[in-house]
Amino acid sequence: MANIALQNIAHSYKPDPKGPDDYALKRIDTVWEDGGAYALLGPSGCGKTTLLNIISGLLTPSEGRVRYNDGDVTDLPPEKRNIAQVFQFPVLYDTMTVYENLAFPLKNRKVQRSVIEERVLEVAEMLDLTPFLKKKAAGLAADAKQKISLGRGLVRSDVAAILFDEPLTVIDPHLKWQLRRKLKEIHERYGLTLIYVTHDQVEAMTFADKVVVMYEGEIVQIGTPQELFENPMHTFVGYFIGSPGMNFLPCTVEGNLARITGSDIPPGIPPGTPPRIPPRIPIDQETAALAEKAEGKLELGIRPMFLEVHDKAVDGGLPVAVKGVQDQGSFKILTLKLAEHTLRAKLAEGKTVPAEKAWVRFPQDRIKLFAGGRLVRKGESKSDG
Amino acid sequence: MKGTGAMELVLENVDRIVGGEIHLKDINLAFSSGSRYVMLGRTLAGKTSLLRVIAGLDPPTTGKVLVDGKDVTGVSVRKRSIAMVYQQFVNYPSLTVFNNIASPLKVSGADSDEIDRRVRHTAEMLRIDPFLDRLPAELSGGQQQRTAIARALVKETDLLLLDEPLVNLDYKLREELRIELQEIFERRSAIVIYTTTEPTEALMLGGNTIVMDEGRVLQEGSTPHVYHHPASVKVAEVFSDPPVNFISASVQGGEAGIGGDIRFPLPGHMKDLEAGEYLFGIRPNHLTIKSKAEGDITIQGKVELAEINGSETFIHTRCHDAPLVVQEEGVFNYKIGSAVSVHTQPDQFYVYDASRNLVAAPPNITV
Repeated sequence: MANIALQNIAHSYKPDPKGPDDYALKRIDTVWEDGGAYALLGPSGCGKTTLLNIISGLLTPSEGRVRYNDGDVTDLPPEKRNIAQVFQFPVLYDTMTVYENLAFPLKNRKVQRSVIEERVLEVAEMLDLTPFLKKKAAGLAADAKQKISLGRGLVRSDVAAILFDEPLTVIDPHLKWQLRRKLKEIHERYGLTLIYVTHDQVEAMTFADKVVVMYEGEIVQIGTPQELFENPMHTFVGYFIGSPGMNFLPCTVEGNLARITGSDIPPGIPPGTPPRIPPRIPIDQETAALAEKAEGKLELGIRPMFLEVHDKAVDGGLPVAVKGVQDQGSFKILTLKLAEHTLRAKLAEGKTVPAEKAWVRFPQDRIKLFAGGRLVRKGESKSDG
Repeated sequence: MKGTGAMELVLENVDRIVGGEIHLKDINLAFSSGSRYVMLGRTLAGKTSLLRVIAGLDPPTTGKVLVDGKDVTGVSVRKRSIAMVYQQFVNYPSLTVFNNIASPLKVSGADSDEIDRRVRHTAEMLRIDPFLDRLPAELSGGQQQRTAIARALVKETDLLLLDEPLVNLDYKLREELRIELQEIFERRSAIVIYTTTEPTEALMLGGNTIVMDEGRVLQEGSTPHVYHHPASVKVAEVFSDPPVNFISASVQGGEAGIGGDIRFPLPGHMKDLEAGEYLFGIRPNHLTIKSKAEGDITIQGKVELAEINGSETFIHTRCHDAPLVVQEEGVFNYKIGSAVSVHTQPDQFYVYDASRNLVAAPPNITV
């Protein structure tokens, strides 16, 4: 087991990188705790697989050092790093039995036969593979095969970390949760450091204690699922976590009001028409003061589930046009227009769906302000981790 | 017959047996233009087989495919006005993205201004407009799939067939494209048939849903109707993610019993149930751990796993030896193995009989 330190890591696939755009990883400097379950989450091209390959040793970073428990492993190949890997597609010896597959890493290391048997039986039991031990791996279903790949990592007692690269891609949806549960149990039982790469928020948030959100070669936030949902540090996190993602409205701040900006007068209105009053939303005084001083474009963010939707005018409600309704069974998603901005709101089952016109309220404690994409926060003492 | 371009496609007693294996059985369906049809089913339910028969790529073993009453069984896709998107994207490797998308328009002899306008518009919609000059091999998997979708959408066809077109894309893109595809389909006069394994996708696309399993059609109808009235346990399982929860129950003397210790008077929609054994179906969003409401019954259980999808938490529990999945709005942490009380309202229960068919559905549903 090991903590993993990534010290000033940057990587470019180009031989002669010029600017930041040439880097797949821009600058990563972080320490992951021993025994933690981490998920690297981000869209394709965000650098998460590059980072995983640097941790596993498949790739040597252009800059920076990788340390396991203070030992520098930057230049060591994967086989010298005491890690196990589970890939997207199971890598197995098809002609061997399940038992032989599980025993293979130990046999290779000349472990005593009685120890091998003990470890294999324990891991097989844990993964519900005991009934298949004598079967050839070739004939098994995808989920069983993926469990064998995982089991081959678990049989080794010297494993520092297990790395997963989108391991549930080939698994049918209704079987996925069972495998996620197995991973959780394994984590609780063995206390191994687990690192899991995925572009799927469900996988990341279900699996990990800490989710590492990546965007354009950078880590934008490391946090628990709850932190990412309630306090996204970056507009990208707000957008990427949650379905649908957070709503964002460009704004300026005046006193304790956020004034939603944009083209106030729609085209086609004759000159001389008084300008419409842009929508204004009351916000927390302290946050407003911080936002006024902050640099970069200001945006107001609110999650779709926190927008209050009313079918008649209410105190403090802003009028919006209802553009669409998507029934999701247990809830509905409304597409609303506030001036020229699109908002999405989540409406619980059984609630009345307003036709054409509605009024929305922004509960003050649910509003977030972002400056230049970064969350404006009170009490700026906590570091980004 | 409707106005110009309107058409009706009918499948009549279609079976397809390959090497003694049933791929399709007793398929009788009618599709009309301007409507959307979602074929929902798990892997190997027969969705792709059915699309291929409709497209004329595979012949049925018995039965007919009729277009406006005319038999087109086995008439190839090339001779009919069909666009198809496959799960495994297919593009011309030596053509640029622009020319890939333009190819159906070129074949039909559109002028170059028209081609340029339509290709750019479609590419913008699918957010691949920055890549028009690239070759497919220079794109990510998701971008290649969007190129294939753009090629199918660039030209108006009578029939638009999409076989799990979003399956290889990441969830954020999938989430956004679902909304956009729904809007695109609404504007089309074609018959749109779309296959998926995902209930969410079916709900989002709306229109009609055809639920398939083991080569057969289990239920068809308007999407909200099928969702709210799943005619059998199997349909309820297929059309709910996470699946509907089922608990064995017995009914006697105006009361229902779950396990040994939970008894409650039958709510209105169950009043006419005869005494006997039933399965109660409860959707995950009708179970809650957080708060107990008036009239709730409470079942004790243990947490097996809390799954988080970004805005909701699905708590997998085991209660009375039955697995129950609870859906809570928001993101919460539950420790594996901890004890929980699960609350629910009996007036939200679906009731299935011994042959696993629906006998009572919750009343407060209008479709």
